[in-house]
Amino acid sequence: MASLFGYILKTPVVTESVKPDNDTQIEIIVRQIDERARKHFGRSLHIRQVDAGSCNGCELEIGALNSPYYDLERFGMHFVASPRHADCLLVTGPVTRNMADPLKRTYDATPAPKIVVAVGDCAHDCGVFANGYGVAGPVSSILPVDAVVRGCPPTPRQILLGIFAALEKQP
Amino acid sequence: MFGSPLLVGVIRKAKARLQGRRGARILQPYADIWKLLLKEAVVSENTSWIFRFTPYLLATTMLLSALIVPVLTTHAALGFMGNIIVLMYLFLLGVFFLALAGLDAGSAFGGMGSSREVALAALAEPTVLIAIFGIALRAGTTSLDGIITRFAAEPLLMLNAGHLLAFFAFFIVALAENGRLPVDNPATHLELTMIHEAMILEYSGRYLALVEWAAGMKLFLFLTLLANLFFPWGVALTNTPVALLGAFFALAVKLALFAAAIALVETSVAKLRLFRVPELLAGSFTVALLAVVTAFFIR
Amino acid sequence: MSIDSTLMVDLFLVTFACFGAGAAGALITARSPALTRLVANGCALVGAIAAGALAVAGLAGGNMTFNVPDLLPIGGAAFGVDRLSAFFVAVIALGAIPTALYAIGYTRQYAGKHSLAGMGFGFNIFVAAMMLVPLARNVLTFLALWELMSLASYFLVITEHEHEETLRAGWVYLVMTHAGFAALLIGFLLLARATDTMDFSGWNAAAANLDPTSRNLIFILLALGFGSKAGIIPLHVWLPRAHPAAPSHVSALMSGVMIKLGVYGLVRVAFDWLGTGPVWWGGTMLIVGAVSAVLGVLYALVEHDLKRLLAYHSVENIGIILLGLGAGMLFQAHGLEALAALALIAALYHTLNHAAFKSLLFMGAGAVVHATHTRNMEELGGLIKRMPQTAAFFLVGSVAIAALPPFNGFISEWLTFQSLLLSFQISAHTVNLIFALGVAALALTSGLAAACFVKAFGITFLALPRSEHAALAREVEWTMRAPMALLAFACLALGVAPSLILAPLEAAVFDLMGAHADMKFDWSMVVANDNFGWVAPLWIALGLAGFLMAIPLGLRLIGANKRRRYYETWGCGRALQTARFEYTATAFANPFKRVFALLYRPVKQLDIEFHPESRYFVRTIAYYNEGRLIFEDALYRPLLRMIEAVAHAARVLQSGNVHGYLVYILVALVALLVLAV
Repeated sequence: MASLFGYILKTPVVTESVKPDNDTQIEIIVRQIDERARKHFGRSLHIRQVDAGSCNGCELEIGALNSPYYDLERFGMHFVASPRHADCLLVTGPVTRNMADPLKRTYDATPAPKIVVAVGDCAHDCGVFANGYGVAGPVSSILPVDAVVRGCPPTPRQILLGIFAALEKQP
Repeated sequence: MFGSPLLVGVIRKAKARLQGRRGARILQPYADIWKLLLKEAVVSENTSWIFRFTPYLLATTMLLSALIVPVLTTHAALGFMGNIIVLMYLFLLGVFFLALAGLDAGSAFGGMGSSREVALAALAEPTVLIAIFGIALRAGTTSLDGIITRFAAEPLLMLNAGHLLAFFAFFIVALAENGRLPVDNPATHLELTMIHEAMILEYSGRYLALVEWAAGMKLFLFLTLLANLFFPWGVALTNTPVALLGAFFALAVKLALFAAAIALVETSVAKLRLFRVPELLAGSFTVALLAVVTAFFIR
Repeated sequence: MSIDSTLMVDLFLVTFACFGAGAAGALITARSPALTRLVANGCALVGAIAAGALAVAGLAGGNMTFNVPDLLPIGGAAFGVDRLSAFFVAVIALGAIPTALYAIGYTRQYAGKHSLAGMGFGFNIFVAAMMLVPLARNVLTFLALWELMSLASYFLVITEHEHEETLRAGWVYLVMTHAGFAALLIGFLLLARATDTMDFSGWNAAAANLDPTSRNLIFILLALGFGSKAGIIPLHVWLPRAHPAAPSHVSALMSGVMIKLGVYGLVRVAFDWLGTGPVWWGGTMLIVGAVSAVLGVLYALVEHDLKRLLAYHSVENIGIILLGLGAGMLFQAHGLEALAALALIAALYHTLNHAAFKSLLFMGAGAVVHATHTRNMEELGGLIKRMPQTAAFFLVGSVAIAALPPFNGFISEWLTFQSLLLSFQISAHTVNLIFALGVAALALTSGLAAACFVKAFGITFLALPRSEHAALAREVEWTMRAPMALLAFACLALGVAPSLILAPLEAAVFDLMGAHADMKFDWSMVVANDNFGWVAPLWIALGLAGFLMAIPLGLRLIGANKRRRYYETWGCGRALQTARFEYTATAFANPFKRVFALLYRPVKQLDIEFHPESRYFVRTIAYYNEGRLIFEDALYRPLLRMIEAVAHAARVLQSGNVHGYLVYILVALVALLVLAV
């Protein structure tokens, strides 16, 4: 344990700041929540990530958001286990047939007000899996999507900026 | 009542810094609770009135307990209501109803959380009461005000191994009852590793706000008890504004130290397997029993 | 206030008459079941109320003696009322009044299948015998009534004699109660011979002159006899068999009231008849109490038969009462009379409380069984929506038995804790250690009891129904709900205003021990030992109620969202949400089974039936995880085998030869003559 604390003391805080970018591929599609909710979500957002049939490439990038470099928590955002606790659904994957219904149920289980952010090319328009036999359609065909972050996979910074765009928040 | 989310925020910030990242602001839990209050509550169709009643009951028992525990002065606002045993049973009342609410939704997670939570609460009870016995022996009373007054007046009473052992046992119980590592990871997403979190998976909106606040209150009260019963310096003995201000700062310092200790403990240990936790609790029970035995033999 | 003695004798006779009328009436109206139910249970109800009035008069200070000189040999039938007896009659009345009312509706389901007249007759005799036991004042009266009580309850237990289980349960009960009776008989006769009187009143004074060996022997015998009735470990084996097998109103009485008579006997033995005993009496009692409490609740945790779970809880609560009694005896042995009185008051208060909430719980369980035709918790669930009032009353009983504020169980456990904690005034190390272990045992018990009732209430009443029966349950009639409401109210009242009971209790204990308890109380607060600890139950209840109403108001004021939307339970997006996904009772108890595996020695069995054509497909999986009953295996079976071996060897005596038998008679006659002369 001494070596653990030795390592902790030697390592500095490595969080990087997020600067806005001009060539990000973020699209706002709908606006589901009102001004008051947007303001509160800007300070505290609980996110539930839903994998609707993705290849897990986007999940790896989303997982990196929790690392000390990107540190999602400093913006007041936090991943939660249950959609009942969530304000934002982060959806990845072309929605496969099997996951279409569970995705809808997850959305219904989330209390209003809520936003949906679709991550990745697959979530935008089924990406490389378009027209496949097991694919039901992009996320926007099943849920009302606030923001889409394109990329295969998008970098964690782009995902963060996508969430900020959905909340109209400055990083 | 208003300070407990701050305590939770401080612990989270300390853990984040130890992990090498900036972490959320220490006022973050306030924002979380405020935001939860403006969300709607989604309630399962399988539940009954007990599910909706429990958050209010939990908050009620915590408020009542907060007024019984002497936080700043030696005269708690409602200290006449009961002694430390009453306090422990008020906590148990909250756990009882929370466990019922976990079963109410009819989900496997809730039942699992309830089962584990009541098992650990039951196993922690003997340790708590034996530790109280040890303290009461030395202080000559089981009333919270009385214990603090006595120790503040005669600090030499606390200078023995039994007191230290009782403190250690009580600290472990505080970790167990509040769902902290190594008993329960408050930040886990894996339902199979959850104990307290599993029971509240179905709660949302204002109910969740009340439950989260109550959990923070419980941690706050446990740490205040640890601070004031075992290190009573700084507790206001009179009601003058100067004394109260001094007590406020003293408490803040003590709680900050405890928060740092908890963050250190949580960063350095992994969560224990569920069926190893009773071994930990049995160990703390033995420590508490040793405290009592030394109290009897050194008289 | 002086109570007229003739008034009390009148009440006494009225009680007798009511029960007699009930018993006779049951037999007379045997043709019409509805009338039988009403007459038998109605008379029992009136009789119980009269007995209650007698008890209140007795607690207020009235005295009474009533003798029927030639009814029984050696002294006749002698009855008397003093404060302690009056208290126990009050306890019995508290259990009997609601139960009699409950029985009117409950026994309807037996019409046509079993003899309602027989049940009514037995019920009246049972309750009458129980009422009279604390009032008995000499040996033969006491024993006669004790035996009558046991026999009447036996016949009630085997009401549903078409089930093999029930008959076996009745048999075990009969054997255990008579073994206890034998111990009592020997103990009483030894004591009567040593003190030269069969009258209870003479024993206290003469006890000081007994030699220690015979005193210890008598104590052990009487403690065994009364303990087996009370249900202490290891003499408890009849309890979990007999209580579930009996009809629910009888179970309520047996569990809530009859086992208290064992406690009555123990209180008399420890504090009245044998004077102040040596330290090891109290120590043994405390240890037995601690063991019974912890083991009782541990066994209850793994039960999924609702009534057997409640029966094991009775063992646990008797353990708690014995903790108080043992503490009292230890204090008395060290000369701390005031603390002994405090401990005794705690024990007696718990006796009353247990009668209240155990009867309530058994009546609730009876209502559930009545509505769903099953005792198995694994088949219940969701009943809170179909039987809301029963559920609410059962919840009150559960919170009370888990010793949580603001109900009565909390106050009596608090008192027991205080008396155990005050043991630091004794300076003997072994005794201190025993007390510390007692505190630990009590704490563990209360935590485990709370866990057990989360399981009992949660699995039975909450979430979704796990079977057809539970899904079709209906609320029971008002004659079954009203007594539950009455007892629920009593639980709250006893918890919020303990001074109502503490005053007469203190007087009763003063009469018994000659010392005032080390506590002060008024309408709002109880203080133990002048600042060692205090509790204000009424204020706690008011505080809870006040904040409960204030918090939603506060939320509304700060503008919290009031909307509530109903949706399915979160099941990870799963399409199907049935009762099969709920937690089961066995699963709920699993952590306890793992932790205390040494005690339960669980037997796990997994049966998998595969599809005949491929082992990749499974048809059914059956999982059994039962605990073994270690007391039966380790203690009783070897004992029974030994008895069987001896009996087998003694068979040679039964030669079938008449001449041999005549020789036996001659030998026995000569031996008796020699001994008598």
